[in-house]
Amino acid sequence: MKGKKVSLHKKWFTLALFVFTSFLAGCEQIAVLDPIGPVGESQKNLILYAVIFMLGIIVVVYTIFAVVVFKYRANNPNRKESDYKPEQHGNALIETIWITIPVLIVIALSIPTINTIFALEEPPESSNDKEPIVVYATAADWKWIFSYPEQDIETVNYLHIPTDRAVEFRLSSTEAMASFWVPQLGGQKYAMAGMENTLYLQADEEGVYKGRNANFTGEGFAAQTFNVHTQSEDEFNEWAENVQNEAPELTQSEYDEIIAPGLTDEMAYSGTHLDFVDHGSNDGRDYAVERHAEKYGEEIHLENEPGFAPDEINEEQKEGSE
Amino acid sequence: MQLDEFFVTGEPLIYAGMVAIAVVSAAIVFLLTYFKKWKWLWQEWLTTVDHKKIGVMYILVALAMIFRAGVDALMMRLQLAFPDMNFLNSQHYNEVFTTHGTIMIFFVAMPFLIGLMNVVVPLQIGARDFAFPYVNALSFWSLFFGAMLFNISFVIGGAPDTGWTNYAPQAGAVLNPGPGINFYLLGLQLSGIGTLATGINLMVTILRMRAPGITLFKMPIFSWSTLITSFIIVFAFPILTVALALMTVDRIFGSHFFTLAGEGLPMMWANLFWLWGHPEVYIVILPAFGIFSEIIATFARKQLFGYKTMVWAIILIAGLSFVVWVHHFFTMGAGAFVNSIFSITTMAIAVPTGVKIFNWLATLYKSKIIFPVPMLWSLAFIPSFTIGGVTGVMLGMAAADYQYHNTYFLVSHFHYVLIPGTVFASFAGLVFWYPKLFGHKLNEKIGKWAFWLFLIGFHVCFFPQYFLGLDGMARRVFTVGPEWFTLNFISTVGAFTMGLGFMVFVFGVIYSFRYSTRDLPGDDWQYGRTLEWATPTPVPKYNFATLPENVRTHDTLIDMKEDGETTFDEKKLESIHMPSYTGQPFIMMAILFFASFALVFEWITLAVIGLIATIVMMFIRSFDYDEGYHIEVDELRENERRARGLDDDRE
Repeated sequence: MKGKKVSLHKKWFTLALFVFTSFLAGCEQIAVLDPIGPVGESQKNLILYAVIFMLGIIVVVYTIFAVVVFKYRANNPNRKESDYKPEQHGNALIETIWITIPVLIVIALSIPTINTIFALEEPPESSNDKEPIVVYATAADWKWIFSYPEQDIETVNYLHIPTDRAVEFRLSSTEAMASFWVPQLGGQKYAMAGMENTLYLQADEEGVYKGRNANFTGEGFAAQTFNVHTQSEDEFNEWAENVQNEAPELTQSEYDEIIAPGLTDEMAYSGTHLDFVDHGSNDGRDYAVERHAEKYGEEIHLENEPGFAPDEINEEQKEGSE
Repeated sequence: MQLDEFFVTGEPLIYAGMVAIAVVSAAIVFLLTYFKKWKWLWQEWLTTVDHKKIGVMYILVALAMIFRAGVDALMMRLQLAFPDMNFLNSQHYNEVFTTHGTIMIFFVAMPFLIGLMNVVVPLQIGARDFAFPYVNALSFWSLFFGAMLFNISFVIGGAPDTGWTNYAPQAGAVLNPGPGINFYLLGLQLSGIGTLATGINLMVTILRMRAPGITLFKMPIFSWSTLITSFIIVFAFPILTVALALMTVDRIFGSHFFTLAGEGLPMMWANLFWLWGHPEVYIVILPAFGIFSEIIATFARKQLFGYKTMVWAIILIAGLSFVVWVHHFFTMGAGAFVNSIFSITTMAIAVPTGVKIFNWLATLYKSKIIFPVPMLWSLAFIPSFTIGGVTGVMLGMAAADYQYHNTYFLVSHFHYVLIPGTVFASFAGLVFWYPKLFGHKLNEKIGKWAFWLFLIGFHVCFFPQYFLGLDGMARRVFTVGPEWFTLNFISTVGAFTMGLGFMVFVFGVIYSFRYSTRDLPGDDWQYGRTLEWATPTPVPKYNFATLPENVRTHDTLIDMKEDGETTFDEKKLESIHMPSYTGQPFIMMAILFFASFALVFEWITLAVIGLIATIVMMFIRSFDYDEGYHIEVDELRENERRARGLDDDRE
């Protein structure tokens, strides 16, 4: 019996090891665990740090559970008289121990959590020799509008950012509450009308990545996605200059058209909507609903028809950005 | 208003639903007429104030609603099974996930647990009914009509489509015109009346109606968890009531509490909603903990380990549940300090919860475990819930939550706590107390099939979703990218396995109704520890002919067995005062239902008339001098002797 038990434990241990290694191997393909910048990196580290504790807890609970259920089942042929103590009602010492251990775990988790929470409110340290570039990200039903006040350009449904430099996103929304999220860059933050949120992100690798609205905003929500093109500072500047020179100028009536509920393709303009309205300010909170009130009730009849692939990164664009 | 605006049109699935509703209603009317059961229905059920029958009706509503919201779930999983699936369009998908969540929380989890509390708590504490039987009936009918109002939205007017959280400003009148959200607001408001009243009722019942000798710390743990839950209900539900009322006023009368225009505060909705919503999570989980504690002690045939610690853990969890609500929107940008505080309070909940897990494990230590169906559900709860618990702690770490928020990681987490917690407990409790409810047991073999299918299906369905979330799949999207196909497909297979498990469970109910033995002893499982098992099966209307005298511990029945005591001591028989049945609660809530329905469509005159009629009903109740009736000693003696199989000429 004893020998059998050992082999059982061994099997479990091998299995656990296998699960853990395959888990780590799988991380490479999992967006959140494959970050391309310091913000996502710090979150990934925090997640994996927590996962180690959680696996420990699970192993302990599962082991005790398996042993007690197996050993103390009524039809266990190896039961002894001393295996049944129905009057056992508690034990102050042992209960104190298992109150203390979770408290210690919570403390061990709290410290890095709080450190990271505070760190994420500031631009990443690795690029603090440069000022963060400011990008206004505005959610509208059902698109994302990106304004670059320094470059004086605006894009819809796609985003270019320079690498190795912090980006200060100023988030707001024209009406419904959205959530700005680029999983491989870092965690999300809400974009709300009449309220500006700041989110610092940074890319250290060049490429095209998926971004989306993560908070439900109605019918076109699934299509409220955008691609993020990360490129070297020079390429970024070149791109910005091109847009500034070649893209049409954004007029207020055109802008009002853009923010009307519906889906749009990728677009670029010179000039930004910040000249007409700042949705993140209290004055700008009802700009969209004042203009489009009667249009929100109309259905857009969004179906999952062939070709509808909001989560896909367009191969053409990928090449275009390289 | 045109008829085609009133009825939902244009969707084949909804037409099928309409036909199904018409057929089922016609069948019910036909069967009731054919078997001449209308009178029986009215006299035995619609007018009842008996806590046991009301409990049964709660559970029936919950089971019907599991079916409805379960079909919603399967429709969603079907849509997400393949990247090219075009089974539901975006709008329809949005309605389906909204009704799924709302119904599962409000019309499955709540009524299932409240139903079990209704049946069991008075029996456990040696009471003959609730403190306010009339109010109890009123509560049930408010839940029933609230559920009906919410459910008809899918054929009349259009279903709500902003998620069960119903966030402003998305749910406001500008972004979401039409009656859909009004159904949500008024359906929940109507059923909320009942929940609040039940909270008060249970609180008073437990505090004031315990049998002599059953002090608070000699109360079974399920009654304890119910008491704490009723405190949470009484403190939390008014917040929801106010939030719903404010948004109703916003939508129907054009005020600006949560609107974008006119300086409203949309984010206040999220705060109010979760100020109620997080305690709500514990409203549906603490009774589940109580149920598991009872069942594990019963079938481990051993005292619950650390009874007092368990009670204090429940109280601590209840307290903490009111100070964690911000963790539902760490991403709102409240600032590092606020997020840090709420991270710590959130993780702190893991401490008492962990202690409970260890105490259950310790209860199993040196025990003698047998594995009937309720015990299987309870044992499966421990490892399954542990996964939900630890991922809850991970979500509580705000900086990491920015990556989990609004994703399938979160979806998986809350299903991992609500299903092994609330749903397993509901099934476990139902099977456990089934003989007390219906006078016969459920078939064990079918029950085990249902259990294994549901358990395996559950893990297959939700475990992959953790990884989908980490890979960037947001919740509430109606399509999946091809890279997420495999995991989503596995998840869908699991969901349908769960559905199959539920169907097997229902089959077991029907099978057992036909074939199970009826002649059961009071202590149907043989190892009962608490007072409900001291009553005969089926439980008589008055519950206890006489009450136990010598209560020493919370395992009252164990003590009574030692002393040779029963709840039928012929020398102590006295006539028992019983409340009369009344149709008023049903009528009053039916009127309120029509008033609410009118308000959904903003027919103000009709709504006002309904409201006035409701107030008239309250007046009628105020001048009601019905004092109830008495069951006399002779009848009690005869009844108890028959139920307990005692020889008539022994005395």
